[in-house]
Amino acid sequence: MVVLAGLWGLWEAYRAIWMATGWTHPFVVDNLTMPPMTDIVSRLWEPVAEGQPALIRDLLDKSAFTMREAFAGFLLGALIGFAIGVVLHHSRLLRRGFLPYVVASQTVPILAIAPMVVIWLGGKGLPIWMPVAVIAAYLTFFPVAINTIRGLDSAEPRALELMRSYAASPWHVLWKVKFPASLPYIFAALKVSATGSVVGAIIGELPSSIQDGLGGAILNFNQYYSLDPSALWATNIVAAALGIAFFGAVVLAERLVVRAAPEHVA
Amino acid sequence: MSNTGVGSTEPPRSAGAGSAGAGAGKSAAAVTIEGVTKTFAKGGTIAVQDIDLELQPGEFVSLIGPSGCGKSTLLRVIGDLVQPTTGTVKVGGKSAHQARLDRDYGMVFQEAVLFDWRTITKNISLPLELAGWDRTRRNDRVKEMIDLVELSGFESHHPWELSGGMQMRVAIARALSFDPKLLLMDEPFGALDEMTRERLNLELLRIWEASGSTVVFVTHSITEAVFLSTRVVVMSPRPGRIAGTVEIDLPQPRTADTREEPRFFELATELRELLRGRAVEPIQAEEVQ
Repeated sequence: MVVLAGLWGLWEAYRAIWMATGWTHPFVVDNLTMPPMTDIVSRLWEPVAEGQPALIRDLLDKSAFTMREAFAGFLLGALIGFAIGVVLHHSRLLRRGFLPYVVASQTVPILAIAPMVVIWLGGKGLPIWMPVAVIAAYLTFFPVAINTIRGLDSAEPRALELMRSYAASPWHVLWKVKFPASLPYIFAALKVSATGSVVGAIIGELPSSIQDGLGGAILNFNQYYSLDPSALWATNIVAAALGIAFFGAVVLAERLVVRAAPEHVA
Repeated sequence: MSNTGVGSTEPPRSAGAGSAGAGAGKSAAAVTIEGVTKTFAKGGTIAVQDIDLELQPGEFVSLIGPSGCGKSTLLRVIGDLVQPTTGTVKVGGKSAHQARLDRDYGMVFQEAVLFDWRTITKNISLPLELAGWDRTRRNDRVKEMIDLVELSGFESHHPWELSGGMQMRVAIARALSFDPKLLLMDEPFGALDEMTRERLNLELLRIWEASGSTVVFVTHSITEAVFLSTRVVVMSPRPGRIAGTVEIDLPQPRTADTREEPRFFELATELRELLRGRAVEPIQAEEVQ
């Protein structure tokens, strides 16, 4: 709350100073480039357009839609990332062969991938949000895969020797020692992925011209920015809140799952 | 599996367990090591060389020597965690590998190696889960083990809530939970303070009496070796060889007063001289784990 108030204060102070002095660097400050925060917040309670429901209603509906895409993508990406991590952890050869490509996959801009995914998966009778979920998964799987490898490697050598002395099967070693040891690493990745999947979902909506989500709203308000700048800013705030909420949900899940080792919870 | 269960009502072993080899004619030796040499591929370091050693069931044998003499390596060779370059190890008449698969080993390391995400109860029952025991049987055995190491009241605690000494007792309980024939201990009390160490020494002897396992105990404390063992094997610095073996003929059961007996000091002196005789370099390279 204090931080929020502080940010609000910074925004208004920046506006006030730049407008009073007439500074034009790095950009001219006026009600168009930086609308007052009160305008942005109150815009949420005004109708989207003449005779339509309030903006906040509309944005919450769209958030729910985007959230579903993001969450499906998050789950899909986490599962794929974990599976890749487990496989690459167990095979040095595969790790050396595949890891460079896993890394390379992330250097391809998501905006270049998104239209292809939409073309490949669109119009196959799948729900319209499915291709977007796949795009969100594309951003999600990478940190999970990398941290799963690192987490599984983090099991103590002594613990592995102990399991060996018990004649434990590789399956038991994985589930009873390596997986629990990797959880703090995996959750660190899931936190990154949580926000990443929201970004992925929003960006995924742009080339698929989906109007039901926040991506559609952002694109729409972008076009009317000169007439209604507060609407875009308000949408951005809602999108940020969505990412924070998702992040918070992962932190909560971590508290519940890794409660046995509080010193590992970041 | 002729071993008796922990906490069973079998009579305790006779005093004079120090007489190794006596009456061991019919059953197989607990451990037979023949001509074992271990050379590490990296740099060709010879960790241990030409080790011949036989342990009888129920013996408590300490391996003592300066850092880097390969005593931990020898322990791992016995436990099939490290493969010998040459030579053979038989455990209860079986190969060390088969003995490991048959879960004949209980291992305790210098660190307790407990799993933070498991309660004390769940830590102790881990080997039982792996061995496929059902829940009721596991719970019964864990209760027995908790009593044995006197940790009642801490069942649902997590490892980090326990002191170092208590954590080590959990590790010992876990190692004994599935009633292994052979307890392999690698400097288990090395990281503990002197007071805790002496108390745990006494406890370990009590547990050993009750469980009837054979113990191989690696230490670099002379007094600990004398106090605990029925026999002490002294190893020379790298390459580790057996410099000598000392029978510890102190009466059983040992008590806190055992440490005050003249014989205790005589034996400690004997060990010290055996160690000094071979201690060429005071500081050895780090022991290969």
